[in-house]
Order: sequence, then structure tokens, then C-alpha cells
Amino acid sequence: MVEYRIDRRSGVATYVQIVQQTKQALRLGLLEPGDKLPTAREVVEATAINPNTVLKAYRELEREGLVEARRGLGTFVRKSLSTAPADSPLRADLDAWAARAREAGLEREDVAALFTSVLDAHFADFKGDA
Amino acid sequence: MTDTAIEAAGLGRRFGRRRAPALDGCAFRLPMGRVCALTGPNGAGKSTLLALAAGLLRPTEGTVTVLGTTPAAARERLAYVAQNKPLYPQLTIAGTLRLGRDLNPRRWDARTAERIVEEGDLDPGTKIRALSGGQRTRVALALALGKRPELLLLDEPMADLDPLARHQLTATLMADAADHGTTVVMSSHVVAELEGSCDHLLLLGSGRVRLAGPLDELLAAHTLVTGRAGDALDPHTVVESRTTGRQLTALVRPAGPLGDGLHGDRPSLEEVVLAHLRAPDAPPLLLDAREAAV
Repeated sequence: MVEYRIDRRSGVATYVQIVQQTKQALRLGLLEPGDKLPTAREVVEATAINPNTVLKAYRELEREGLVEARRGLGTFVRKSLSTAPADSPLRADLDAWAARAREAGLEREDVAALFTSVLDAHFADFKGDA
Repeated sequence: MTDTAIEAAGLGRRFGRRRAPALDGCAFRLPMGRVCALTGPNGAGKSTLLALAAGLLRPTEGTVTVLGTTPAAARERLAYVAQNKPLYPQLTIAGTLRLGRDLNPRRWDARTAERIVEEGDLDPGTKIRALSGGQRTRVALALALGKRPELLLLDEPMADLDPLARHQLTATLMADAADHGTTVVMSSHVVAELEGSCDHLLLLGSGRVRLAGPLDELLAAHTLVTGRAGDALDPHTVVESRTTGRQLTALVRPAGPLGDGLHGDRPSLEEVVLAHLRAPDAPPLLLDAREAAV
């Protein structure tokens, strides 16, 4: 089971927060295929958010094929989210890049800004969304 | 059956001929199952609108339809909690809930009402007059939810609750909405209090509807723009704009892609509402026209 934490000041839409936190739980292995997501009632009793928001988030997760709603039973995880393992070549590339950035005299925030702008350029569709 | 909880057409209410109307030409539609935030500055007409929908006031112009019928005919299926939470001071909490049961013999849900009282650590033997403002609110909500209403009209329900009670009671309201599909209308002038629990918005100003519709669609229709002073904002509809030094900040309803040099951000509910309150002449935006049946 996963517990959602809603940050009302984050500026991120509440349903997006639920989508993101579910994905994060999938990436971290806190949720595995077959696991049941909390019911809308359980989520709203704990968080005092609107039940339609929870259902909207679950529909979005369903649309992405990550969960499925089983009538009268609840919403269940269908597949986990693979993530690049810690020792993947991608990580090694990024590691080397970060080292070069530091040698070039960039501060942590400069690197973060650069990284975010490259991310935005390559993943424009997902900008600001889940 | 109807899919509309409240529909107002040309709805107006005057108190005395010389005074400006409290409500004037209000038209909106609230679908069933929504949790609607009713907001606006003091004197905007929020309480008048709720009292009209509850059937406690009669309109002086136009009509309001509630649960497909007149407010009077829907009386049994709706619950209304007024701002001053009127209860009988000499009754005990248990006596108040018994009264609720006797007045609503076919609908009364004793478990729900008792649970709300228990959550607040209230002794059912306590007289209403001995309760604090927040405790009275809790009992008033227990009475309202015990009625198992299809439509719940709450006038400033959270105003005198401490943060824990506010969270608990909002959660109780939301759980009720999840279980029974109850339509809820909550008024408040503290917008931040409503964000998160509401999915529909009605913003009143000077007795008129200024914003109405599903919350996320209203938010999506607005963009918070920053640019350099002197940048052109047309063809977008400008709600509010100001310049600070060389910087231009504006809330607009975009009519296409933003112009060059303009940066757009998604506004929060509070930013959208505040901008409209600061700009009382901004055009209204009503997105609550009949939605296609799903």
C-alpha cells in the first residue's frame, strides 16, 4: 500500500502529485504488480482532498497502462516502472559529464539549471507534468 | 433524475428598493457530484445565494432550480448549515441528534452523525450552549450529514475550526462525497482553504458570477505571464497586469501562443481569484455550460 502526501503549496496539480507519487513508488519497488492502490475513500479520509481528484489520477495511471481498475474490487498495479540501474552506462555518462561541469567551474545550481533546460528540450511533452 | 444539482437563471435578490441588489442576474449550473467552492469578497452575495438555494429566501428575480425541482420541494434532500450554526442552546448534543432523527425519519443515518461527534471528543450529554464555536460547527455538520443529503450547502463551514478539526471535518465531508456522491457547496473567502478539496468554482463579485466552472478548466484557461514592460499582451484577454521597474506581470486568458519574450506559468487558484478580486472589471468567464453527457 502507498500513502500519498499532498503538498498544497507546490503549485503542482493535486492529481499530478498522486500520479507522480504512485510512479515513484513503482520505481522504488514500494508498489509491485498485483498490489492494490488505496480506495478513493481511504485517500480522501487521510488527506482531505477531493475524491474526484483521486479518481482522475487513477484514470491517468490506467491510461498509461500502469494500473487497472477491477470492478467492485479496486485499482491494482499492472506493471512496475523500470529505471536505469545505478551501474548503467547512462549513469556513467552523466557522472563523467557532472565531473567535467565541476572542473569547468560550474556551481551546483548552474549544473542543475543546465540539466533542467536540456531535459526540457528533450522531453518537452512532459514538461511540468507527470 | 437530473444531472444538475443547482441551476440559476437570471437569479437576483434585493433587500430593500434603495440598496444595490445582493445578487443580480446570476446564471450558472452546478452538475451533481461536484464539490464546489463558493468564494468572493465580503458582501459579494455568497450567503444570499446559499440561502436562496436552501429555500430560506425567495428570489426577487429569476429562478433557482435545486435537484431538478424548487428549493422548497427539495428541502428533504438537501442540508444547509448557516454561517451562525443555529442550534437549540438548551438541548444536549444527544438531544440535538435525536431531533435530527425525528425530523428526518426516513433518511436519518445515526452512525454517521454519532461518529462525527465522537471524532471531536464531545460528550453527548453536553448542552449546546456550553460548546465552543468550533464544537458547535461539528455538531451542526453531524446534523447535516446525518440527514444523508444529496446536496449539502455550507456557509463558511470552516471559519471557526482549529487546523486539526478543519482537516478532520474536510476529510469527513470528502469521504461522504466519495461514498454517496453528495454534491457539496462550501463558501469561504479563504481560497487556500478550499483548494484541494473542491473541483468546481463559483466566484461572485458585487452580486454577479465572475468565474464559474470546473476548477482545473478555469485554471487551465489562465496563464501567469512575465515579460518586459511594454511587451504587447494582445490578442490575449488581460485580467490584470502591472509593471514593476522593467518587469511586466499579468494574468491573461491566452487566445493562442504567447508572444515572443513572454514567459507563461500556470497560476494557482489563489492567484487566479486574487487577480479577479483586484480587477473587478475583468470580463467574467463561465465554463459551466451544459457538458456533454458521459
